[in-house]
Amino acid sequence: MAGMGDDDRGAGAAGPAATTILSSRPRTAVLGAGHTGPVLARVALAAGYPVSIAASGDPAKIALITDVLAPGAQARWAADAVADAGIVVLAIPLHRFPDLDPALLAGKLVVDTMNYWPPVDGVQAMFDDPAYGSSEIVQRRLARSTVVKTLNHIGYHELEDDRRPAGAPDRRALGVAGDDPAAVRAVADLIDRVGYDAVRLDSLRAGRLLQPGSPVFGVPLGRTEFTRALARTHHTDRGSS
Amino acid sequence: MTSAPSADPVRPAAFPLVLGLDTFGDVTHDADDRPVSHARTIRDIVEQGVLAEQVGVDFFGIGEHHTDDFPLSAADVVLGAIAARTRRIRLGSAVTVLSSDDPVRVFQRYSTLDAVSGGRAEVILGRGSSVDSFPLFGYDLADYEQLFEEKAQLFAELRKGGPVTWKGTMRAPLHEQDVVPHTESGPFPAWIGVGGNPQSVIRAARYDYALMLAIIGGSPARFAPFSRLFHQARTQLGRDPLPIGVHSPGHVAATDEQAREEFFPRYQEVIRRVARTRGFAVPTRESFLREVGPHGALYVGSPETVARKIAANLPLLGANRFEMKYGMGGLSHGALMSAIELYGTRVIPRVRELLS
Ligand SMILES: NC(=O)c1ccc[n+]([C@@H]2O[C@H](COP(=O)([O-])OP(=O)(O)OC[C@H]3O[C@@H](n4cnc5c(N)ncnc54)[C@H](OP(=O)(O)O)[C@@H]3O)[C@@H](O)[C@H]2O)c1
Repeated sequence: MAGMGDDDRGAGAAGPAATTILSSRPRTAVLGAGHTGPVLARVALAAGYPVSIAASGDPAKIALITDVLAPGAQARWAADAVADAGIVVLAIPLHRFPDLDPALLAGKLVVDTMNYWPPVDGVQAMFDDPAYGSSEIVQRRLARSTVVKTLNHIGYHELEDDRRPAGAPDRRALGVAGDDPAAVRAVADLIDRVGYDAVRLDSLRAGRLLQPGSPVFGVPLGRTEFTRALARTHHTDRGSS
Repeated sequence: MTSAPSADPVRPAAFPLVLGLDTFGDVTHDADDRPVSHARTIRDIVEQGVLAEQVGVDFFGIGEHHTDDFPLSAADVVLGAIAARTRRIRLGSAVTVLSSDDPVRVFQRYSTLDAVSGGRAEVILGRGSSVDSFPLFGYDLADYEQLFEEKAQLFAELRKGGPVTWKGTMRAPLHEQDVVPHTESGPFPAWIGVGGNPQSVIRAARYDYALMLAIIGGSPARFAPFSRLFHQARTQLGRDPLPIGVHSPGHVAATDEQAREEFFPRYQEVIRRVARTRGFAVPTRESFLREVGPHGALYVGSPETVARKIAANLPLLGANRFEMKYGMGGLSHGALMSAIELYGTRVIPRVRELLS
């Protein structure tokens, strides 16, 4: 996959100690400076990733927000932030996604944190197809990017406080779903370094298990409970189809 | 790991301490635990507002909602009724969903309330986190940000008084328009309620709104950077500081245990209903106790417990104002009256003492 930068380590090449070297942390561009964006920027910085942050317009508008809420991150134009990033995190509302130019993200690893939930956000034509998960539709539109789904099922207000070091008994798990194993691995590393156990799902299709209404959505669960809850949902899904 | 940046102290409050109450008009239940009518709920709220003044509460706010469990869609009318029976307490919305309203009309309603109440009106504007008003009034959720941005700007112009000239995309333009009634003694206080979007903090600073932090879950300390952001934005703009307030849910009873036992089942039930439409988790007793504890957002307990928590959080957040959102669908009118009385007679004096 193109554009992944220096994070493309061979599987099993690094033990936990080696994962702390900085070169394995690709620059991360956070798109969105609302509720979620600055928190994501802050936890990625704390995990040792260099971070750019962008909203939809002039970086001058978010300079103060960046200084105060995510010191160390660089406020940039979205195109500049994306250009040298190894990981691009979409923290924009889903209803703004149709306006996002897919060419901007071509060749990039894109983390989709967005959710489609009509009772709150209204019906959106692009996403209103029960046969597909929202991230599958995002991937279809971003055909030249590699999409990984995660971070959509934890509240932005919990993201910072719920972090725990690896091995902590009360460490919370987050699902990481994608079709490309190397991309999933890179994002799982990010999740782990931020402070969560990454539970990998081997396809964006399986990422539907992380959507609103799922038993893991917004619920703090450890790895074992998380995996068990996913397995249960999976079976119910199969049974009803 | 708790967040390092939020622990720094914020600039101390230079404004007088204001301790208020907010309601969303949650429908109460009668002695047989059946919901009372909407009309009855509204009349009870007038009684609650009058009691709030009698026991020394500084501010009484009503939040706009449009659902069967929260039938308070016309807060200003109810505030007008309370104004007619009180003399001192300040009255306002908490919040007005500006995005789906007309700023001209909001100005007219609240400048009318200001006239009726002898200068006691305030407005807290919000984008609305429950968006039931959008389909009701024919607004498109896709315009959520644009609607609020434009309307907050127009309302800021209207508040100054005098003829207004304005042009935007979400409402008809105004040219040298005189909007009545004129206020008697300058602009009434206006706030923007912020639930976690820093861009709203910047907007409040830019349009001269005071900042109301709506902290309804999680650690209050995580909002401290927002207060700093607000002060720094005001400084950068070369403008004077403006007050900062905190709005959080709570319930006061004689003892911690009584307050929790009254509140928890109702809270769980209300969130269970909301969670169904929003797709998120229902609180457990464990998560509730965390919210009630020192690092959570709920002010549920005895007067001493609630007062201590308020007194601890205001300085941490650089805030000079606290509004406890009382009531929770299913509690009785009696329980609410008792909570108001304890808040006014026990919590408020204790907070003043702790902060003096
Ligand atoms: N709320 C949560 O707890 C939570 C948790 C996990 C994930 N999420 C997801 O995070 C996403 C963002 O939610 P939010 O509540 O943070 O939204 P928000 O507060 O409304 O902020 C949205 C941000 O996106 C920016 N933006 C919009 N279009 C953009 C574009 N084309 N390029 C770059 N920036 C753009 C906006 O910038 P401008 O103002 O300049 O337009 C704004 O800064 C949602 O999809 C949500 O599902 C939320």
